[in-house]
Amino acid sequence: MSVSAEDRSWTGRVRRRAVAALPPEKLLPDKQPSYVSSWIYVLGVVSLSCLVVVIASGTILALKGPEWWHFTSVGHFFNSIHLWAVELFFFSMVVHLWGKYWMAAWRGGRARVWITGAVTFLVAIPCALTGYVSQQNFDAQWISTQAKDAMNAAGIGAFFNLMNFGQMYSYHVLLLPVLVVLIVSAHVLLVRRHGVVPPFELDEKLALARAGMVPEAGGGSAAAEPEGPAPGVDGDAQP
Amino acid sequence: MTRRERRRLDRARYSEWHGGYRSYDILKEASIALGVIVALCVVLTILFSSPDEKPSTIQSWSRGDPVDFVTTATTELDGSSTTGGYGPPYNHAADGQHMWFIYPAKWLGVSHPVDTAQDFVLMPLRSITGQPALQAAVSTYEAAPAKQQTAWTSAYEKGLTKDTSGPDGSVTVPGSGYGPLPVMMNRLLDFAQAGGLDGALLTSKQFYQTDYTKPLLFLSDGSALADRAQAEHLLGTQWGIMNETGSWPGQVWLWLYTFWYQIKPFSTSPNADLLVITIMGVLSLALILIPFLPGIRDIPRWIPLYRLIWRNHYRELREAQSAGS
Repeated sequence: MSVSAEDRSWTGRVRRRAVAALPPEKLLPDKQPSYVSSWIYVLGVVSLSCLVVVIASGTILALKGPEWWHFTSVGHFFNSIHLWAVELFFFSMVVHLWGKYWMAAWRGGRARVWITGAVTFLVAIPCALTGYVSQQNFDAQWISTQAKDAMNAAGIGAFFNLMNFGQMYSYHVLLLPVLVVLIVSAHVLLVRRHGVVPPFELDEKLALARAGMVPEAGGGSAAAEPEGPAPGVDGDAQP
Repeated sequence: MTRRERRRLDRARYSEWHGGYRSYDILKEASIALGVIVALCVVLTILFSSPDEKPSTIQSWSRGDPVDFVTTATTELDGSSTTGGYGPPYNHAADGQHMWFIYPAKWLGVSHPVDTAQDFVLMPLRSITGQPALQAAVSTYEAAPAKQQTAWTSAYEKGLTKDTSGPDGSVTVPGSGYGPLPVMMNRLLDFAQAGGLDGALLTSKQFYQTDYTKPLLFLSDGSALADRAQAEHLLGTQWGIMNETGSWPGQVWLWLYTFWYQIKPFSTSPNADLLVITIMGVLSLALILIPFLPGIRDIPRWIPLYRLIWRNHYRELREAQSAGS
């Protein structure tokens, strides 16, 4: 079979791989597995919604500059929106992480989904911290002068100075949000690619049979309900 | 079962879903979620607003507690203040915190040099023009041997404990043997109370300023910030890292980080910051690598909360079993 010049082009190759990894029905699904029926599944989209509100309110604050919200009621309103969206973002993200932990959501080759989610949480922390020290109020003074000791002790203070408002503002409105959005985007695409992790199978024999590893005849049926998953079967850590 | 077999079994069981599906509108779900979160944020904003405590200034500090200001300025002059003895990244007075043979601060060096005597006291005083007595006092101090300077500042710091603070915000230190310090410190106090020192500490090589390192270090060496922080339950011993002024929620997600500072050996260690940040670094790495950590990754199987999460799924399975038998 001949391969066209378009197929050999960088663009063509990237498009083929992207569509193979994420066909439209996976990227924008109109059906979902039947086991997705718990409120815990809502926390993922709630976290994303909070992030959207954080970025939108932060963009409005950035448009008017760092002093605006101190002197106008409209500015203070959007600062409050920003604060509450951040609080809700962290709350929903933490509950989301706990939920996924108890589902062992890294199973079935989903380790990268877990990793990107955990990294998002960890990167969001300095993103919030740089916001706190960019407030230009007493809070910023106290937090920056206290947190500097941890930064300095670790050597980070040599290039990340919490008392340098200009540097912290740059980190807060550009560098760290871009990083958060990039990691969250990767996380969402990985979720769409791999799907939501299926429930633990309670039927050990059926699982062994599906994997072609049945050691004895007379495997169980799909509806059989032994005690639980075999203790020796670990979740896959393979990305 | 070998590792490869375990992996194959895991893939076979969980990489793809082999059961039923139901209708789902991802965009509708996202839109509804966004609408609910926007509404919730607006309601929380209307009900609770957000905190915005005015910052402390050197002017407000020197007016509110002139004795503390002068005492702090004197320790800046002789280098005995917190910043004066801090070490990297501000000066070479100490090695910084360490853990065994690991000295991160020392290795990274002095990246933000601060000479507390010059930057916080002498240079601001030199910038005041039209006061020959003050300039003569500064010259006398600078020309004196280090031993004499220390004798003056030590005596002055001792005398400040018996000070009389005037109703006009002035400070009078009884006794003698202070050399040029009374003139220098009274003029520095006047300068600070007029607001001049706030600007003088920001002065650098250019017109625009965004680096508040020096005024913040000077402020934090005194009690101006700490007194307010204590009243607002923001001290480290008050779990302050995760608190906020007033009753608003702060960085609650730092509860574990804050926790370590409340217990020994961290609560009493001079290297507590480095120890705590190391522990949190290891724990953070462990969080990321949970899928690869035997034991930690197995807990969800051992404590089957998943039966609660997927109770509907398992009930449907049981019903299908009943119907089939």
